Amino acid sequence: MPRNGILVSRPYERLHKEQVELIHRASMQILTDPGLLSFNREAVDILASHGAVVKSVSGAHESWHVTMSEELVLKALKTAPKTVTLGARNPDNALVMKGDEPTVYLITGSETNIWLDVDFPTYVNEADPTRKRRVPEFKPRRGTVDDLCRAAHVCEHLEMVDGYIRTVNIQDRDITEQNKDVNKFFASLNNNTKHFMSGLTSIKQLDNVVRMAELIAGGKQELEANPIISFITCLVKSPLQFVDDTTATFIELCRRGLPVAVSSSPQAGTSAPIKEAGIMAQINAEVLAGITLGQLVRPGTPLLYGSVPVRARMDTLNDSYGAVETSQYNIDCAQMARFYGIPNYSTAGVCDTKIPGQQSSVERLFSDIVVAMAGPQYLHCAFGLLDCNSVFCLLQAVLDDAHFKMIKFFLRQPRIDQAEIDAVLKQIREVVATPQKMYIGHIRPVLRSGEISGVYPFEGSGETDDVFELAYQRMNELLAKPVQHIDEKTTARIFEEVPGILPRLNVHERRD
Amino acid sequence: MPEEIIDLIRQNVIQGRLTKDDEGMEEGMAGQPGVTELIDRALASGLPIRDIIAKGLSSGMDAVGKKFEAGEYFIPDMLASAEAVGAAMEILQPQLASSGIETRGTIIVATVKDDLHDIGKNIVSILLRGAGYIVKDLGNNIDTQAIVDAVRDDRPQFLGLSALLTSTMARMGEVIQKLEEDGLRDQVKVIVGGAPVSEEFARSIGADGYGADGFQAVAVVEALASGAQK
Repeated sequence: MPRNGILVSRPYERLHKEQVELIHRASMQILTDPGLLSFNREAVDILASHGAVVKSVSGAHESWHVTMSEELVLKALKTAPKTVTLGARNPDNALVMKGDEPTVYLITGSETNIWLDVDFPTYVNEADPTRKRRVPEFKPRRGTVDDLCRAAHVCEHLEMVDGYIRTVNIQDRDITEQNKDVNKFFASLNNNTKHFMSGLTSIKQLDNVVRMAELIAGGKQELEANPIISFITCLVKSPLQFVDDTTATFIELCRRGLPVAVSSSPQAGTSAPIKEAGIMAQINAEVLAGITLGQLVRPGTPLLYGSVPVRARMDTLNDSYGAVETSQYNIDCAQMARFYGIPNYSTAGVCDTKIPGQQSSVERLFSDIVVAMAGPQYLHCAFGLLDCNSVFCLLQAVLDDAHFKMIKFFLRQPRIDQAEIDAVLKQIREVVATPQKMYIGHIRPVLRSGEISGVYPFEGSGETDDVFELAYQRMNELLAKPVQHIDEKTTARIFEEVPGILPRLNVHERRD
Repeated sequence: MPEEIIDLIRQNVIQGRLTKDDEGMEEGMAGQPGVTELIDRALASGLPIRDIIAKGLSSGMDAVGKKFEAGEYFIPDMLASAEAVGAAMEILQPQLASSGIETRGTIIVATVKDDLHDIGKNIVSILLRGAGYIVKDLGNNIDTQAIVDAVRDDRPQFLGLSALLTSTMARMGEVIQKLEEDGLRDQVKVIVGGAPVSEEFARSIGADGYGADGFQAVAVVEALASGAQK
């Protein structure tokens, strides 16, 4: 049985049907004029062999101008699976996403360079030294493979996390470009039994990563039936360019039939028009171009419509995930993906601020609620992420889990039918006839049925704000809970057959 | 067996089952006798009233209190149990005097004049009954003179006044003033409560105690009964 996502039966949609059609038409026009620039030769050959018009472009880097017709795009869209299944080490954690069904799964990610530690030093009031207070202090440092293990461990136990995208870039001294992929995949898979998605640092490591996944899944066919890993590729660099190396990786992943999120992340104002119509027409064209290429490589290969649109900050021209428009773009993309019937990889919950606090809470909660309401199937909702996509804080991930419980409860279906109406009418008549006229006695039958939402789990007892302290306690409780590691025999085979994994990650042979 | 009946009373207080129709906390309890039916059965069996109260009702409420403190029970659970104990005490009341058992005391409660809010007062009433007090609830929007007359006629040990509005809370002071004028103030302890009321306000109008919520109200009454407060 797969995990239960949140079914948003009446998803929030910003676009009228005519506006969806307009964006589609504009995207089709973009793909013919101005078309795309491809820096990858193989992509050009594949597209050309299916009727795309290609023309070499002179310049410092070898590139080709590509235009593709609407007919070619629509033909490719027809073979794109409308249902994508992402497996998991624990099959009960599999995700089944239907492009026309707005059932939302909540996923972690993305990869940050910085890991944020938290400590609670005690401060003494200068005026009254008897008054002391523990205050959270956040200390950034470079992420390590141990951090990735800890993050995967905690996310295994976070109830609202449906799938795991690697959260932190591993930058240990003994990690190189040659062994980074196998270590990030092993660290994540060994500490988490949910679906795992990641980008690939080096295409040379793909065989090793896939072999690792086959050994864990039980074989090649078993991995096809239960794809415990999937990939995210930013093959498109906005505006409208196929990047050479990631496009090569994408083609190889599609050739093997591995699930891939075709991701585009234009920034409104710099790499896309600042106007909503503009960024929407462009991102839709970019994602459709990627999906078209993938389907031409291998018809039926499972792909997600990956949209990470963002607006530029006007003071720095950096990404502004906290901007309200960023959520609007993501909601629009969820609607466009549904229009094509392809499951949507969407983004929410990323904030602009560098540390957990009020700004972080406001920004992430705002986008988490509104984007979840749009019903994207695979919502990369930035558990623990801060400072756009630069910082990961485990404490923040624990806080995020709590507010996603509220969102999940909020999005549940209303239970209003004739039987319910009959029951409450009876109750109202009974209570109104009593001298005290109180309904409290009728609370108990639903008190423990899940029909009543709980209180915020990090509420303090006094007049001080104890949220961080209580969440920190919770984080340590989760870290103390056991994790189902990959069994000893399989681990031994992985270490035998997959080179480059750090010996210290073998929990069955670890010596202190 | 007599002991079994008392234990069943205790268990049903913990379950918050007033009558056989109540579902309680566990599956399959509906249809089994609740507290009121078990009290009737205990009386018919000739069980000592003292044991029914101490080993059945009070022991059950103590267990409920512990479950609440542990976070296992919520206020609706507490109220259901308190309501069951209150109903049991009502059945037992005629037998109390003849058994030589003193009640824990009588309290008159009322929401003051021009205030129609009574949820808080009702909750306090249920909890006080559950704690073994005899509660006379005058209702809401009660005229000052009617409250004072009730104190004169019924001679309760406690008077609980409730107000939810800033515009009506001053009536509480008027009631206390009137009790003094009529020479009744010394015979009754006055406790006040309600959303706009505070400890400071209670002190300023000369009340004997203030309860921020139903549980505190019961605690204040208990403290006053044992002479720990004014």
